[in-house]
Amino acid sequence: MSDTSITNSQELLLTNDGVPLKVSLRKSLRRTKIRSFLLILPPLLFLLLMFVTPIGSLLSRSVDDIAINKVFPQTFAQYELWEDKSQLPSEEMFAAVVNDIRVTIKVKDDEGIDIGKNLLGRSGTRMTYEYSGWKSLISKTIKSALKVDKKSKEEVKPFIWEAPFKDKMIKRDKRWAKVEFWQSLGAMKDPYTMGYYLNAVDLKFDANKNIIQKEEYLKIYNTIWIRTLQVSLMVTIFCLLLAYPVAYLLATLPMKTSNLLMICVLMPFWTSLLVRIVAWMIMLQQNGVVNDTLMYILPCFEGMVNLPFFGATNIDLCFSDEDRLPMMYNFTGTIIVMTQVLLPFMILPIYSVMKGIPPSYMKAAQNLGATPTRAFIRVYMPQSVPGIGAGCILVFIVAIGYYITPELVGGKDGIMIGNFVAREMQRTLNWGLAAAMGAILLAAVLVLYWAYDRLIGLDNLKMG
Amino acid sequence: MKFPAYTTPREKLWHYSYRIFCGLVLFFLVAPLIVVIPLSFTNSVFLQFGPEMKFFSFETWSFNFDGYGTRWYKEMFGICSENSGTTVCTDRWMIGFKNSAIIAIFATFFASVLGTLAALGLSNRHMPFNRLIMALMISPMIVPLIITAAGMFFFFAKVNLVATLPGLIIAHTILGIPFVVITVSASLSGFDNNLLRAASSLGGTPLRNFFKIQAPLIAPGVIAGGLFAFITSFDEVVIVLFVGGPDQYTLPRQMWSGIRNEISPTILAAATLLVIFSIVLLSTLEWLRRRSEKIRGITPH
Repeated sequence: MSDTSITNSQELLLTNDGVPLKVSLRKSLRRTKIRSFLLILPPLLFLLLMFVTPIGSLLSRSVDDIAINKVFPQTFAQYELWEDKSQLPSEEMFAAVVNDIRVTIKVKDDEGIDIGKNLLGRSGTRMTYEYSGWKSLISKTIKSALKVDKKSKEEVKPFIWEAPFKDKMIKRDKRWAKVEFWQSLGAMKDPYTMGYYLNAVDLKFDANKNIIQKEEYLKIYNTIWIRTLQVSLMVTIFCLLLAYPVAYLLATLPMKTSNLLMICVLMPFWTSLLVRIVAWMIMLQQNGVVNDTLMYILPCFEGMVNLPFFGATNIDLCFSDEDRLPMMYNFTGTIIVMTQVLLPFMILPIYSVMKGIPPSYMKAAQNLGATPTRAFIRVYMPQSVPGIGAGCILVFIVAIGYYITPELVGGKDGIMIGNFVAREMQRTLNWGLAAAMGAILLAAVLVLYWAYDRLIGLDNLKMG
Repeated sequence: MKFPAYTTPREKLWHYSYRIFCGLVLFFLVAPLIVVIPLSFTNSVFLQFGPEMKFFSFETWSFNFDGYGTRWYKEMFGICSENSGTTVCTDRWMIGFKNSAIIAIFATFFASVLGTLAALGLSNRHMPFNRLIMALMISPMIVPLIITAAGMFFFFAKVNLVATLPGLIIAHTILGIPFVVITVSASLSGFDNNLLRAASSLGGTPLRNFFKIQAPLIAPGVIAGGLFAFITSFDEVVIVLFVGGPDQYTLPRQMWSGIRNEISPTILAAATLLVIFSIVLLSTLEWLRRRSEKIRGITPH
């Protein structure tokens, strides 16, 4: 056997069946590939259908402006013809608005149900996002534009309003004479818009579709973006400061003790987030445990004292009821609770990296004359950097999209962008804006996720 | 702690302050959870330690447990006596518990099956786009929940899954898959493929080999991932708020509205039970870890 393989080394190696080995290997490799692919297929399809598609369709809402373009096609066509945009538009544009309303009201859906009114109402809402006041203006105008002459004997009763419309509309509502309303149409005339994204970062389009800053009193979102970054950064830093020493302790203690202490780290990790929030409410509220304890242990001294140099002085060293610290429903509360919630995410990766650093390195460094501090900083710390990186990215990613904690303990000045996404979704129903904010947030998270995969590798993502 | 003879006082001081710092951090992690437990046995309607909860008096050197009772536990279980008074009796907690359990059990099952399939497929290094698919499988854990919830709300509205049990199960399955993929992949990375080759050379069919050889060895990974999936589903509230119907109570949702609206110590009773529940889960997981180490012949240190 070995003889032939040496003499025939130029020829092909054959398997028992007489097939060349290379072909056979390739075939078996292809078979395992197909098998793996078939294994992956069900979860992959499930995830694509139920996770990727929903998020994709959410994101598509952030640029989608088709609905309003279907309702006001003539108006937007006239807008293109409107030359001097600092003057009121001509009669044709006023007529186009009325015509569009009269056409849209007849629209029926596939099952023959009237949806025209609904479409017009939603358009009014959409227009209000660009310039406040549109909604009431449109609904007022709809009523007048659709009023019919009931006394008429014709089968299709004629509308009361007849051309020319310009003066009638302005008489009905003076806002039609305000050129700002007409100008704001410019931001909506394309079926795809960047308007929601601009809105999400406090910018807007002017009449000529140039990007400009929003009015000062309308700026709200930039503060929230900055605060989101601020909270995430602060939480990451606090987590690192608290986690590093603990991880070092856990990594250097004998296994039995460190396993016991590990339970302290894993316990909160495994406890319901809502339970932890309730717990912190008890701890941090005005009459909470922390404030009670402070009142109990801080010295209370009040009264007249005869001091040298100062003479009789009234000293008030008391932590009394008025001094109770506000730590809940504000920025501080968000930071404290999020730090505790995310701390295990920082301890665990650092711990697992430190576990792999041989303690002999430190000893060697000290043998060579380094002080313990120097040995730690120059030898140990650089080796723990991968753990620090993993922990920081992980904590930052999770923190930046937080919703539950800020919503429940954040009060007014502790809420983050996730809360605004929810607010736009549920209360103001500005879904385009919610989608745009979500898209920016998602982009940030995905960039960090990619960086994590690149720097640390997803295989190192471990829990517990 | 014994110090070597050459330790300077400064080093000793440093050592002790370091230990104290670490102790404080661990205290910071656990203390809030412990505080919940005694307070859940309060008899008052406030979520704070009032004077009536002082159980030991230094003046008379005597215990007094009048401030304590199981009133809020009874309320949570829907057992209401006539004279319990102030709060409205509701069985929402029990309904919520039931719903949460149903959703979590189904979601865990599906997530375990799908996640294990994915991990098995991804363990083949020759698979094209291996890394990309892995990233996709783990992404539900990374994408902010609020975005997932908002997307699912619109999508489920289109396919009539909003406010249904299957809708919530599907959503929670997706959230659970990453955990199973991660833990099973980890246990597969220690798996020796020669075992499978040996089995098939002895005449085993691939399916039989999987169930007889591979499945028992990766079982701890599957169970650990399943536990993670279970606890994730059992604790999930954002998706339920968006995708669930107004009368689909789950335990976290009931806690959520308890925290937001009617702050009563019932949430503390529920919280205590959940803390105990998590201790049980954690012990199970620890036991599994030791077992898997034993199976693989890695001795615990």
